[in-house]
Amino acid sequence: MSPSARSFLLHLGVIAGLFVLCFTLSDYHQGNLARIMVLATYAIGYNVLFGYTGLLSLGHAMFFAAGMYGLGLAMQYGGMSPVPAFAVGILTAAVLSVVVGVLALRTIGVAFMIVTLMFAQSVFLIILYFGTWTRGDEGFVIPQAARQVLGMDLTDPLIRYLAALLLFSSALLITARMMQVRFGRVLIAVRENEERTQMLGYDVFRHKFLAVLISGSISGAAGAAYGLLFGYVGATFASVQYSIFPLLWVLLGGAGTTIGPLVGAVFMFYLIDYSSGFTNAYMLIAGLALVLLVLFARAGIMGEVRRRWAPWLP
Amino acid sequence: MMLLETKLLTKIYGGLTAVEAVDFSLRQGLVHALIGPNGAGKSTFVGMVSGRTPATSGEVWFDGQNISAWPAHKRMRLGMAYTFQITAIYARLSLFENIALAQGMRDQDAALDALGRVGLDERLDQLAGDLSYGHQRLLEFAMGVAQSPRLLILDEPTQGLSESEIAGFNTLIRSLAGETTILLIEHNMDVVMSLADEVTVLQQGRVLSSGTPETVSADPLVQDAYLGRETC
Amino acid sequence: MEFGPHLLLATLEGAVGAAVLALTALGLSLVFGVMRVVNVAHGEFYMLGAVVAWFVASAMSAHPAFGFMAAVLIAPAMAGLVAILADRLVLKRLHYDPEATIVATIGILYIMQQTALMTFGPEARPVAPPFNTRIPLPWLEYGENGFNLFYPWGLSTTSYKLFVIAAAAVILVSFALFLSRSRFGLIMRATQLDRETALTFGIPVERVYSLVFGLGAALAAFAAVLIVPIQQAHYLMGADPLLLSFIVVIIGGLGSLRGTVVAALLIGMSDGIISVFFSPTLAKILATLLVALVLVFRPQGLYGKKRA
Repeated sequence: MSPSARSFLLHLGVIAGLFVLCFTLSDYHQGNLARIMVLATYAIGYNVLFGYTGLLSLGHAMFFAAGMYGLGLAMQYGGMSPVPAFAVGILTAAVLSVVVGVLALRTIGVAFMIVTLMFAQSVFLIILYFGTWTRGDEGFVIPQAARQVLGMDLTDPLIRYLAALLLFSSALLITARMMQVRFGRVLIAVRENEERTQMLGYDVFRHKFLAVLISGSISGAAGAAYGLLFGYVGATFASVQYSIFPLLWVLLGGAGTTIGPLVGAVFMFYLIDYSSGFTNAYMLIAGLALVLLVLFARAGIMGEVRRRWAPWLP
Repeated sequence: MMLLETKLLTKIYGGLTAVEAVDFSLRQGLVHALIGPNGAGKSTFVGMVSGRTPATSGEVWFDGQNISAWPAHKRMRLGMAYTFQITAIYARLSLFENIALAQGMRDQDAALDALGRVGLDERLDQLAGDLSYGHQRLLEFAMGVAQSPRLLILDEPTQGLSESEIAGFNTLIRSLAGETTILLIEHNMDVVMSLADEVTVLQQGRVLSSGTPETVSADPLVQDAYLGRETC
Repeated sequence: MEFGPHLLLATLEGAVGAAVLALTALGLSLVFGVMRVVNVAHGEFYMLGAVVAWFVASAMSAHPAFGFMAAVLIAPAMAGLVAILADRLVLKRLHYDPEATIVATIGILYIMQQTALMTFGPEARPVAPPFNTRIPLPWLEYGENGFNLFYPWGLSTTSYKLFVIAAAAVILVSFALFLSRSRFGLIMRATQLDRETALTFGIPVERVYSLVFGLGAALAAFAAVLIVPIQQAHYLMGADPLLLSFIVVIIGGLGSLRGTVVAALLIGMSDGIISVFFSPTLAKILATLLVALVLVFRPQGLYGKKRA
């Protein structure tokens, strides 16, 4: 079987598995998994930039929050219905990606990390500053009555799960396909050796810029979906913590693998969920995981699987 | 027809002139060797030709177009290829992916042909970083060929290779002669004498002498400054 | 209060902030300058200093001055030791790779912050100042009888705040002397200039790195001990000094102690003054955007002078 056929089957299998799970899981885990799939979509967006293009952003929460607030404000003050509001969310994140891309891509390495961190911090503070509309730290709730699409109630656990699955599958299949075609392979080339890629005649800046745009837009879609499906929009989602999470999920699951983001999000979500049962210091787990991953397992779970058993793993 | 011309090409690094007002021209189809002692400005010069290094002043013309302001990737697309002095392959990608990227991922057969030319077409799935040094240089060369350039710039392709590997390289470069114009930086004088149609000697950023290998090696200035010491 | 006295008050508050910021930023700048490590956990060493100061002060039942004195000695030492441990266990094993160390120090940030939450708790806790006399400040006013000295209501500072400014100045001057005169200062500067050459000259670079990382953390902790009688200790208090230190280091450029101190005074004073007159959030937005744009358009701001 060719590698591309194998990877297609793998992705189909993952999606089918998630579909079956929604009928077998308890309500509690079903709710968790819906949340995880949206967060994994965020991680997939992050992975496009970090895992495949080799650009480490410390500010992706700004894209997630842009999507979330784009949708939330459009629904709350614009009176929009969910579908156009969702489009507004993605568009907001896309516009922000364009601005951040043009500016931040002038820098590399450590400076890129700090610049993205600073931009995200500004977005977080701007959300707080306009607290009259954004409700700042408190955030605001999108009422159940507004969260209806085509006669379906997105607050119903099953429909919410399926909507999250639809979002996740789209992001997974789109990015997986993208990494097989010329564009994605050039992104990997940029990650592996930027100068070499330029000297082969590829426009490195254009590729990096598009990677930021795609990564930011997918992250924004995840943020918009999170607001829509769970009915809450708050400044926490723009904080540094939410920029660190996707890095953590992708590192843990395996940077530059298609299903690593999901694997990392599942593990980390349950680890934090479990530990918050007996301590409020649940971010301790995240801190320890970051240090241990950087020290001992940079390839992450799926990266390790690829190295040992399945070199074809996409 | 002149494929490549430079006019008064100059590079100054923080007050230090690395290349000074070099006028250079290269006719289509020739192999031109650039020689000179370390620090003469050879790599800086080809860097400015390829666009890797921005020029301080002067012009670069390629195929009748002034490309002085073009970024490197556009120059490559116009028909240049550049192989690095320090091997710059994608170590963590397979040989196939390396050559496919070089070819532009449009024509798989052309990519495989280029690998076949250097005899590496049996190892498509191997990681480029696992190759021996000599094979990595060959891959680097094949990547240049796979771009099917009109001008191939080779920056010290035989550096660090054994005698037999150098002989192999000579054959490869000769097999391209005629179809591809080649600008070659080379230290090994045997290689230069056997391959080059024309030679330019750089010293301290300036052209010391230029012409056929015979005239250049007979030039007393050159003998004084470079050849006498280098060949012994 | 009228504008003039209000501005004087804001300037004094700003000077206290600037003094503490100069010490904190110096630590960050030192670590980045010598080791090329961006220590995202720097703010947590500051927090550690404040928290340890609280533990030490509350363990001593004698006069607050004794508790404070003990904290001045113990808290920086503790922070330094924790930093040296982090260097040996984590940073050294990453071979000081710039990107990996940032990710690792983010991890260390959460480990320290959450450990403080578990041990110190979520409350903000005060430390008593060793002395705290209120000093009213005079103001000049031009009246019918020419200039006239009076004490406007509310225009005052405390002896402790003046002490903070003086103590920070003393530390900064001694640090400058230490860098330029002592043997270790020389070794540090040599390592900063060229790691490889330093190694060939037999300088134990790894030990220098450990000490520098410890020293950077100790400076932050010392700054926190100074400030904790004015602001309370809290497990989340590291975020602001980290941000401000970043701003100082990026605006001030690296390599010179003077650049860091001048930028710290500028940022600290303007932060104090702007926060009194305008929204502190707006001030922070402008500051973060400014830093981002400085990095984008003048990257040598972060890397000191461009190398040839």
